[in-house]
Amino acid sequence: MEEQARSGYREIEHTADWELEVWGPDMAALVEQAALGMYSLCGVRLKKDSRVTRQFFLFTIEPEFMLVWFLEELLWILEDDKVAFERFNMSVDGNVIQADLVGAEVESLTKEIKAVTYHNLEIKRGVRGLEVRIVFDV
Amino acid sequence: MVPIQAMKKINQYEWEIPVTYRDDMRVPVHIFATRRLLEDVARDKSLEQAVNSATLPGLVGKVLVMPDMHQGYGFPIGGVAATRYPDGVISPGGIGYDINCGVRLLASDISYDEAESQIDELVSALDHHCPSGVGTKGSLRLTEKELGSVCTKGSQWALKSGYATQADVRRTEENGRLDGADFSKVSPRARKRGRPQLGTLGAGNHFIEVDIVDQVFYPEAAQVMGLREGYLVLQIHCGSRGFGHQVCSDYVREFQGAVQRYGIKLPDRELVCAPLNSPEGENYLGAMRCAANYAFANRQVLAHHARTAFEQVLAGRVKNWHLHQVYDIAHNMGKIETHEIDGRSVNVCVHRKGATRAFGPGSPEIPDEYQRIGQPVLVPGSMGTASWVLVGTEQSMLRSFGSTCHGAGRVMSRSKAKKTVRGDKLLVELEKKGIRIRAGSMPGLAEEAPQAYKDVDEVVETVTGAGIARKVARLRPVGVVKG
Repeated sequence: MEEQARSGYREIEHTADWELEVWGPDMAALVEQAALGMYSLCGVRLKKDSRVTRQFFLFTIEPEFMLVWFLEELLWILEDDKVAFERFNMSVDGNVIQADLVGAEVESLTKEIKAVTYHNLEIKRGVRGLEVRIVFDV
Repeated sequence: MVPIQAMKKINQYEWEIPVTYRDDMRVPVHIFATRRLLEDVARDKSLEQAVNSATLPGLVGKVLVMPDMHQGYGFPIGGVAATRYPDGVISPGGIGYDINCGVRLLASDISYDEAESQIDELVSALDHHCPSGVGTKGSLRLTEKELGSVCTKGSQWALKSGYATQADVRRTEENGRLDGADFSKVSPRARKRGRPQLGTLGAGNHFIEVDIVDQVFYPEAAQVMGLREGYLVLQIHCGSRGFGHQVCSDYVREFQGAVQRYGIKLPDRELVCAPLNSPEGENYLGAMRCAANYAFANRQVLAHHARTAFEQVLAGRVKNWHLHQVYDIAHNMGKIETHEIDGRSVNVCVHRKGATRAFGPGSPEIPDEYQRIGQPVLVPGSMGTASWVLVGTEQSMLRSFGSTCHGAGRVMSRSKAKKTVRGDKLLVELEKKGIRIRAGSMPGLAEEAPQAYKDVDEVVETVTGAGIARKVARLRPVGVVKG
C-alpha cells in the first residue's frame, strides 16, 4: 500500500493532446508508472488467457531520454505485436535500464497515441520523489 | 501565460507580441484572432508556445499564429514560422508528428435532393471501403521496394498504380510529390509501420465527410472548382499514419544531440532543430519529404476507395456518381519556398503546423485553372458544424508566408469533452440534425464533439477579415465516418 501511495500517475488537462503527471520514489518506479499511465490512456485491455514476457536493456545518455525511449518501445510493441505489460521488474543503474516485463496479448484498445513528446520534459525531485509531466501526441 | 496586456492590438483581427516581450525572442509573434478567440487561448499555453517558437535561430519576418490556434507541444497548433534557407534551422516539432496531415476535397454533380434517400447507405459504404480506427491496416501490403516508390513518387505512384487520375494529381499541392525525398534516411521501424497502413484513415480527429455545398460566396471561384449549392462534396482528412509519426519521433530524438553539437539553446526540447544545410537537417528533410509523399498517396488511395463506395451505392440511381478533385492540401508541412520579405525575394523554410498553404492568384505553384482565383484552401469544421472552402490572396502572400488557418481548432481538452459529452447521446443528436455518423468508438466520438472546438465561422471571419484568405463556399455535413 505504501508503495502505491508513493508512486502513481494522473491525467492533466491538455487542449488537444494528453498529458500525464507521473511520480515515484525512484527512476524504476517512475518509468513503470509512466508505462501504466500510457496504457490507461490508450484504454488497453489484456486477454486473460495469454501470457507474454519480454526483457529490455536500454542505454541512454540521460534519464529523460530513457523515459521517452522506453515508452516508445512499449508503443511499438503494442502496435506491432498487439502486446502490453502489467508487471514491471525494473532496475535502473545510472543511464542503463534493465526490465523484465510480464504482460499479455491485447484484447482491445480504444485510443491511439502517435508519439511520446519531449515537450517541457524534465524529471525533477519533489515531495513525492521523482516527478515528471509527459505530453503524448494523439 | 502571455497576458493580453502584453500584446499590441493592430486591428480587430490582428495582435502582436513584441520581440521585447522576452529576452530570447528573435522575432515578434503576430496573431490573427478576434479578442474573443484570443481570450480563449489565453487560458492555455498556445501563446507561450508561440513565444518559444520565436527563439529559433534563423527566423525571418514574424512567427505567425492563426485564429484556430491551440496548445500543442513545442510549437502551438496554428503556427507558421519561416527560417532562412539554407543557414536557418528546421525543427521537426514545428511540422508535427503527423507529417502532411491534410485535407482533400472532391466535388460531384450529385444534388442532395437526388441522393438524399441513399446517404445512409453511402456513409456505410464509405465506412466499409475506407479502413479506419485504432491500429487499422489497409488492403494494400507494400513491399519494401513499393514503399520506397510511394515515398519518392507520392501521388505519381498512385497514378501509375491505377488509384488516381491525371486531374487528381494536378489538383494536389506540389502535384502530390515533394522533390528531394530520400528513402535511405527513413528508419527500418518507420518502413515497417508504413507498409501495411497505406489507404487507411486512422483514428483521432481524422474523418471522411459527405457535405452539401450550403452557400457560395465567390461564384466565379466556385464555378472553377465545380462547387454548386445543394450538391454533394466529399472531404478526406488524414495524414501519413504511423510512418510519419515514426519519422518525426526518430528525428526529434536525433536532434536532441544536434542542438548540443550546434550550440543551439532552446526553451523547450520539443523545439529541437538543426541547420537546414547540416547533415542532420538534410537527412530530416529527405525523410520528412518521404512521409509527405506517403500522405499524398494515402489520401489518394482513400479517394479511390471513396469513389468505389459512391459507384457501389449511386451508380444507376443518380445521373452522374463521379467525384472530381477540387484540391488536396497539407496543413502539417515544412517547405522550401520563396517569399518577399522587406522588398526582397528570400528562400525560406516555411514550417506550417496546423496551418494551410494559401497561395494567391498568379502563383506559379498552383494549377492553371486556379491562377485567376488563387489556391483552394480547405478548412474542415467539427463534425456537426460547417466546413469552408477559401482561396489564398495577394495579402496572404505578403503577410503570412502564403498561409492561413486549417480548421476550427480545439478549445476543450479531450478528457473534459468525454466528461461533458456522452458519445451515444451525441450520435443521436447529430442523427436528428440529419448527419449520419459511423464512429469507431463512442468515447472517441465524444472527444471530437463539436462543443470541443471553436466556432469555425469566427475563425474564417478572422482570416478573411484580415485579408489572408477569401471565402468561396460553406459546406454542411450530412454524413461522417470517424476513425
